[in-house]
Amino acid sequence: MFKYYGKYAPYLFILPAAVVLVIFFFIPFFQTFLLSFLDYTHNIYKPEFIGFENYINLFHNPVFYKVMWNTFVYLFVAVPVLAIFPLFLAILINQKIKGVTLYKILIYLPVIVSIVVAAIAFKWLYADQGILNYLVTRIGIAPIGWLTDPNFALYSVIIVTIWKGIGYYMIIYLAALMSVPKELYEACDIDGANFLTKHLTVTVPHIMPTIALVTTISAISAMKVFAEIYVMTKGGPLNSSKTIVYYIYERAFENLDLGFASAMSVVLLIIVMIFSLINILCFEKNKYQI
Amino acid sequence: MKSLKLKNIYAHIILIIVSLLSIFPFIWLISTSLKGNSENIFAYPPQIIPTDFTWANYTGVWGKVDFIGYFINSMIVAGGTVILNLILSAMAGYPLARMEFKGKKITFFAVLATIMIPFQAIMLPVYLITLKLHLVDSVNNFAGFMGLIMPFAVNAFGIFLMRQAFLGIPKEMEEAAIVDGCNVWQVFWKVLIPMVKPSLAVLAIFTFIGSWGEFLWPSIVLTKETMYTLPVGVNNLQ
Repeated sequence: MFKYYGKYAPYLFILPAAVVLVIFFFIPFFQTFLLSFLDYTHNIYKPEFIGFENYINLFHNPVFYKVMWNTFVYLFVAVPVLAIFPLFLAILINQKIKGVTLYKILIYLPVIVSIVVAAIAFKWLYADQGILNYLVTRIGIAPIGWLTDPNFALYSVIIVTIWKGIGYYMIIYLAALMSVPKELYEACDIDGANFLTKHLTVTVPHIMPTIALVTTISAISAMKVFAEIYVMTKGGPLNSSKTIVYYIYERAFENLDLGFASAMSVVLLIIVMIFSLINILCFEKNKYQI
Repeated sequence: MKSLKLKNIYAHIILIIVSLLSIFPFIWLISTSLKGNSENIFAYPPQIIPTDFTWANYTGVWGKVDFIGYFINSMIVAGGTVILNLILSAMAGYPLARMEFKGKKITFFAVLATIMIPFQAIMLPVYLITLKLHLVDSVNNFAGFMGLIMPFAVNAFGIFLMRQAFLGIPKEMEEAAIVDGCNVWQVFWKVLIPMVKPSLAVLAIFTFIGSWGEFLWPSIVLTKETMYTLPVGVNNLQ
């Protein structure tokens, strides 16, 4: 095909997007590293260069290890549930049964509702004299401080994240299930396979790429969780529900320690970039080919 | 046949339970919001149907907080973000799909690299840059809105979505347009854009939902209550 566009047209078309990406992605990206070498605590208008001191402080701070631990608990609890349970639901919904549309709408509802509203709704359920504690006392257990007990707060917040994510991943799985050839299920039925063997031998191998994709997407979003924690616990009690992004927010905008927060941001950046790289190289390669 | 029926009943039971769990927090929220003063909202056992039914909480909050204002702010921010995303993503996706130019590979991988950068990790410098550009609500309302919109005006997801859409259009369409005397801009605007409308719609919906629910960035940059978007305003009620 002949070049109908002039020499400059491609650049002019890309220019507006490039300006935004440079100002709000690339410059901040490099600036994050730069800020992590500066000390803002003495004079916020005149930061001093202090080398790796922020990182040294970070790695000597017990809260840092608590925050990393919390984030990995988040990963190890939320990600497996979000990778497996929505698949199970999608398989159920994919059968020819009545009321499928209604189920889809109801299960997808938490996805479209603002996370702030969802977190406030759950705060009511988790209240000391709320309905959950009513149910708990009914079966004879002492009331639980869902959001006030350091042993429970993190898991209470994780439940909200899971609850809000199930519908989203279920829809992804439903799309993937359409690509599984129906003949294979018919063959299974003829051979007399039961529900479990049918799906373990046909469905799961067929949609393995989607399962892997959901795993990495949910891992990346678990690393970035913020609103639930901000609305429900503010990281407390005793840092028990503090995750990376909330810690960055707190150090930067409440303690005004921008250098320290940037060192933490670099840690987050590296972890998320590793996950994203796995995602792009392994599962979405064909989408991003020149 | 009988076993099939039985299995369906199990499926229905599970799906009904999950559906109820999905909507229960909202039902409880609505129920609590309709309970009057004389009613103990922490009553044992909990009551789902309000005994002292009242709309007073709604009218009360309506009088206290400017919900219409929050709604309009959210609309402006989400609408602006959607429009900019559509324009910028389509414009950037077109040459990446259809043109040969120097630096195409670098541009491609630079855009791809931004997928890996989470906003939460770079929000501090973004905030400092926004301050430097005077895109904050303490300057004026317009600047405040620009500050809310610009960091999300375009992203790699949108650019790649549009590039993929342009790749799916047969080259003959462009050739026909050129033969008929179109220039590049007309090819883009009059021929290609109408053909990628479905992808634009997908991009618009995703961007709108994302922008509508955005909480972290507005709660960092906003200082004036009249500029609050809905998520920030609702959280502020607590």
